[in-house]
Amino acid sequence: MSDHILRMREITKSFPGVRALQDVNLSVRRGEIHAICGENGAGKSTLMKVLSGVYPHGSYDGEITFDAQECRFGGIRDSEQRGIVIIHQELALCPQLSIAENIFLGNERSRRGLIDWNRTNHEAGRLLQRVGLREHPVTMVSDIGVGKQQLVEIAKALSKEVRLLILDEPTAALNDEDSAHLLDLLRGLRAEGITCVIISHKLNEIAAVADRVTILRDGRSIETLDMRADDVTEDRIISGMVGRDLEHRFPPHDPSIGEEAFRIEDWTVHSTTQRDRVVVSKANLSVRHGEVVGLAGLMGAGRTELAMSVFGRSYGVGISGRVYRDGSPVEIRTVRDAINNGIAYATEDRKRYGLNLIEDIKRNISAADLGRLAKRGWVDDNEEFRVAEDYRRDMNIKAPSVLSVTGKLSGGNQQKVVLSKWIFTDADVLILDEPTRGIDVGAKYEIYSIINRLADAGKAVLVISSELPELLGLCDRIYTLSAGRITGELSRHEATQERLMTLMTTVTIKDPTP
Amino acid sequence: MSSISPTDVPTAPAGPPPAGPARATIFGVSLNIRQSGIYIAFALIVVLFAVLTDGALLQPQNISNLIVQNSYILILSIGMILIIIAGHIDLSVGSVVAVTGAISAVLMVDYGIPWPVALLLTLIAGGVIGAWQGYWIAYFGIPAFIVTLAGMLLFRALTLTVLGNQGIGPFPDPVRTLSNGFTDGYFGNVGLGVLGGADIFSLLIGVLAVGGMAVSQWRTRTARLGYRQAVDPLPVFLLKIVTAAAVILFVVVQLARFRNLPWVLVLLTLLVLAYSLVTSRAVFGRQIYAIGGNLQAAVLSGIKVKQVVFWLFVNMGVLAALAGVIFAGRLNQAGPTAGNTFELDAIAAAFIGGAAVQGGVGKVVGAITGGLIMGVINNGMSLIGSPSERVMLVKGVVLLAAVAFDVWAKRRAAQ
Repeated sequence: MSDHILRMREITKSFPGVRALQDVNLSVRRGEIHAICGENGAGKSTLMKVLSGVYPHGSYDGEITFDAQECRFGGIRDSEQRGIVIIHQELALCPQLSIAENIFLGNERSRRGLIDWNRTNHEAGRLLQRVGLREHPVTMVSDIGVGKQQLVEIAKALSKEVRLLILDEPTAALNDEDSAHLLDLLRGLRAEGITCVIISHKLNEIAAVADRVTILRDGRSIETLDMRADDVTEDRIISGMVGRDLEHRFPPHDPSIGEEAFRIEDWTVHSTTQRDRVVVSKANLSVRHGEVVGLAGLMGAGRTELAMSVFGRSYGVGISGRVYRDGSPVEIRTVRDAINNGIAYATEDRKRYGLNLIEDIKRNISAADLGRLAKRGWVDDNEEFRVAEDYRRDMNIKAPSVLSVTGKLSGGNQQKVVLSKWIFTDADVLILDEPTRGIDVGAKYEIYSIINRLADAGKAVLVISSELPELLGLCDRIYTLSAGRITGELSRHEATQERLMTLMTTVTIKDPTP
Repeated sequence: MSSISPTDVPTAPAGPPPAGPARATIFGVSLNIRQSGIYIAFALIVVLFAVLTDGALLQPQNISNLIVQNSYILILSIGMILIIIAGHIDLSVGSVVAVTGAISAVLMVDYGIPWPVALLLTLIAGGVIGAWQGYWIAYFGIPAFIVTLAGMLLFRALTLTVLGNQGIGPFPDPVRTLSNGFTDGYFGNVGLGVLGGADIFSLLIGVLAVGGMAVSQWRTRTARLGYRQAVDPLPVFLLKIVTAAAVILFVVVQLARFRNLPWVLVLLTLLVLAYSLVTSRAVFGRQIYAIGGNLQAAVLSGIKVKQVVFWLFVNMGVLAALAGVIFAGRLNQAGPTAGNTFELDAIAAAFIGGAAVQGGVGKVVGAITGGLIMGVINNGMSLIGSPSERVMLVKGVVLLAAVAFDVWAKRRAAQ
């Protein structure tokens, strides 16, 4: 047997008008963790879809050998039979079913057509142990967090006797703690002889866990680096991905900070689902004109809840506290109030909450302030077109015209549409929730430039992010949030990753008066 | 325009160009098949039945019948398409047609209230019914399917209560004229050679309609060019205008040869124009698409979703009341079984006309075309003597095929 479990040779895959992959080569050694890197649109997901049979044999050119046998998968079932299992970025679990039911979904432990519940739950329990998830197998999936759901996905893969496990952005939605656990688990699986292919944007994780990394760019395989032998740094990977040296990942910025634009005091929010649970507790924070302020916190710290509750009470019940705009108190009860008071909120989940994906760029940009383009209730659609074209040019949205449907744009371009939409409302305070999530390195740089420009134009920008380097590179000041409380406030030169992380994990003593 | 527009953003390498919607090329003219498919299908169906009926389908009297017989379904389909675009459904419209027809009959016949007042009161009653359903759907948060299923039963029960299981009639003449009647020959007739005599007034209206359409289309085109938007090349633009003009003039000439313009056609034309304008140009109309396209994004864009949905159902109630009066006036009595299965015809018209099951997509003109496709199938098949079960079968197949085509086109576009 060769030491390569998988070889993909000269894979070419075309769609009408687009060549997604061209002569891509990938060889994965038995028992290694192999990372695949590339900007969005580089062809990573397409390559994995070719491998797992989503695109059946015959729809692409090239050759796949798995375990020295040529593969001609007609569908995802065929590849799973050979032990190739793919875990997609968007988890494919049924929230209303138990962990055990999910693990054996489509692969039920049954006797004579009836499910053997004892065996199902017993085997599920053993698999959960293997992935280090301390939950009961009969717990409903909707009752556990995203990090644990990811582990259920892996347990599901293990139940299929996986030999090659493919993970597409497995830590994208996880906090650092869950991510670390997941990476540990991958090392454990490697020790058991399971080969892993991991697609990730988080280069520090790749550096930490991968044995080798293959870089794709514009549908071609550029190079495969040995993370152990070569002296491979994150910057080295980035330069391979973008084809140029990104000496500075963050655009230089010289802030000119003015008066206070936005402040919240004693802001307290209770959970929508559990009304007695405090999600944000007596938070105070402020942002000045021309300032970029970061809000750091682990998943579940209440960052998005804080932002959305301020933005017209879009989240939470039992909200109390005060909001000030340019020093005067304002009453914000609806999203419309927030927009009228010059506050904008760009969501962390642009596909679900940010964009109308079946509508064009033009109508998405105008959606939050259509009234401004209208006279007596009638929209001037030519003016709308002109405004949208201006944003397309200024924000460098890559699309043939503003009549292109947003659902077809890449993540970075979708994010630029969302930002355009909120800039168009002429907001003075912009709350940007994970503005670069799922965006490739080049587009991130563009988004950072846009944020800096907003600040230069006197806007107050509050950036929520899970990536500490991003906050450090971008923000003039950073607040930390832990378990619903503001636990610290650091200026640009005070802040380091270590100090932030310490504050983000601080557990404050419970306030006796709720 | 915003006071800030970030410029000089550094450029990242361009990705592959996003693929456009599914297009077909016919005679060198590129068409968006998902949008124009419905009109092509309508033309083919008309040609098919014109051939099968030896031209009887397009005879003056038959065209007039087609319009009058389908008017109430078409009016309902206008309200229905708006609701479907917003991602809801209304199963109660048939029963609302019945109960509003009954209310108008009681007011006009039993109480002898002057017909314009009675008509207004009936439309208000329809609005109140719509507000009742709109409240439960928009503000209480019960799915429209359930609320209007309940409404279907409630308002049928109300109809039976009001009518006491018997019809009320006859209606005043003006109401019957609105449903069944024609414009007067104000300027007399003119000879059209082999076509015989035709009403001058109808022809004049037809010519004015064509002229108005051509001028407004030309203005839109000029304005778009002024903003450097992409428009159809001039020959394609002219071809479209000439085709539309030919269709309008053909219908008008045929009607002028028969008994002039049906009043319901005048009413329907005004409604279609008004609602097309609302859906394409009004802030309210655009918010309907935003809600159907992505409810969460609409909420977070500050759109008052509950209000919009509420008023959509009020609007549906008013249109159903209008259809109710017209239907009752046409039969000259309000009956307890009036409007049975109208909701299904209206829903089918909307979906055949290109609405998407998930919402966010659809046009008023599309729903009208969908309704006319079913009307032509009904009418054409009865002309060639098909039994009613076969008509039903064909309509079922057409509905399924239309939605299947839409799903297919969407999937093709996504790849």
